[in-house]
Amino acid sequence: MNKIIVYNFLRFFILVFVQVVLLKNITMYNLNIPFLYILFIFLLPFKTPKFFLFFLSFTIGLGVDVFSNTLGLHAAACTLIAFLRILYISITVQNESQETIITPNLSTMGFRWFFIYTLLLTFTHHFCLYLFEVFDVNTAFNLFSKVLLTTTLTLFLVFITELLFYKKQGNG
Amino acid sequence: MNNLWRFINKYSALFLFTIFFIFSIVLIIRNNDFQRVSTLNTSNEWIGKFYTQVNNITKYIQLDEVNKQLVAENTLLRNQLKNAYFDDSLVLNTVNDTINRVQYQYISAEVVNKSVNARNNYITINRGSKHGIKKGMGVVCPTGVVGIVWNVSPDFASIQSVLHEDTKITSSIEGTPYFGPLLWDGENPNVATLADIPNQINLKKGTKISTSGLSVTFPKGIAVGKVLKAGVKGGGSFLSVTVQLATNFYALQYVYVIKNTFAPEQQNLENLNKKPTDE
Repeated sequence: MNKIIVYNFLRFFILVFVQVVLLKNITMYNLNIPFLYILFIFLLPFKTPKFFLFFLSFTIGLGVDVFSNTLGLHAAACTLIAFLRILYISITVQNESQETIITPNLSTMGFRWFFIYTLLLTFTHHFCLYLFEVFDVNTAFNLFSKVLLTTTLTLFLVFITELLFYKKQGNG
Repeated sequence: MNNLWRFINKYSALFLFTIFFIFSIVLIIRNNDFQRVSTLNTSNEWIGKFYTQVNNITKYIQLDEVNKQLVAENTLLRNQLKNAYFDDSLVLNTVNDTINRVQYQYISAEVVNKSVNARNNYITINRGSKHGIKKGMGVVCPTGVVGIVWNVSPDFASIQSVLHEDTKITSSIEGTPYFGPLLWDGENPNVATLADIPNQINLKKGTKISTSGLSVTFPKGIAVGKVLKAGVKGGGSFLSVTVQLATNFYALQYVYVIKNTFAPEQQNLENLNKKPTDE
């Protein structure tokens, strides 16, 4: 149990660091910024208390916000996907499997479940993010293409990260 | 009471979501308020220091580009040196200059953090109120305009760059008396739009655009960019000119903050105009 807390704790800081130091600079190649840090919310254990889940999602969003001058923007998007995560898990995952499986990841849940899970959450997150950032319906097409492109980029990174730690994280 | 408690417990996720989400929205709205000086941004002391450390490592990558810019600027400055001209006067006098007073002072600064791809972009520099930087000062780089100082802390300042919704730098077309605000539509960081130009003038591609000197922020004649395309938008009587920006925001490393020593005087005078005159 302690091991899981330490893993998540470390993951929090590593992902925020990677986000604000490395991924932010992807703009230099004229691509959109992928937001890998939401992987932290994907990988929180099934039995995280609801308040704690919201609190952690809010905090990691706020952490990224502080470093990119967009106070509240990432926090709002992260809170939204924390809610969506609760809904999705309550619909698709049996209570028994929640008892045996600790962390929802690629190796424990299988490709299909994990793909739909990440796709749904990533898309919602990016959509919320860009919608609040632009706040303009006239640029809807531009917004949509931006969301799709960034979703693809983030998902790509999420799966690469997951495959890197495929064996190791069976229980963590 | 028991029923109420059970109800709240059953839909706890929804309640928690509402609370946190509303809190985030409040933060977004408060942050957008230009007047509110928030400390939770990159002009914050700790975050500024963090990015200084990161920048110390990454600035080597862009050294090549920065060197090129510095060499170009040095060449320009050397050309203006007195010893670059042939001196054909016979008597040398020392003149105590009482006609020309210094109006603009330049404070050099290093970029420690920046964004380019967001809808509203900011740049953080390692100079702050200790070095005489105040909100509203203009910022330029060797190749062109960069933006306007937004928030200031003792050691750092964040700049609202040209790539921002609210930045409207008055620019004029060189060789003509016409001027208008420079706007950025949020798509391409190399391209902006110059609005409110009367459509009787004939613009050629490549015509230079520079600051107008009509506000207190920038002196006249600082490069803004070149005309890329001029067309009438929406059948109005004004042209909207597409401008290729002179500043490369991707490679921005060193900037100068402009202090206009006459700014308070000019602003005081202009504020008097807004008050009704008493008979």
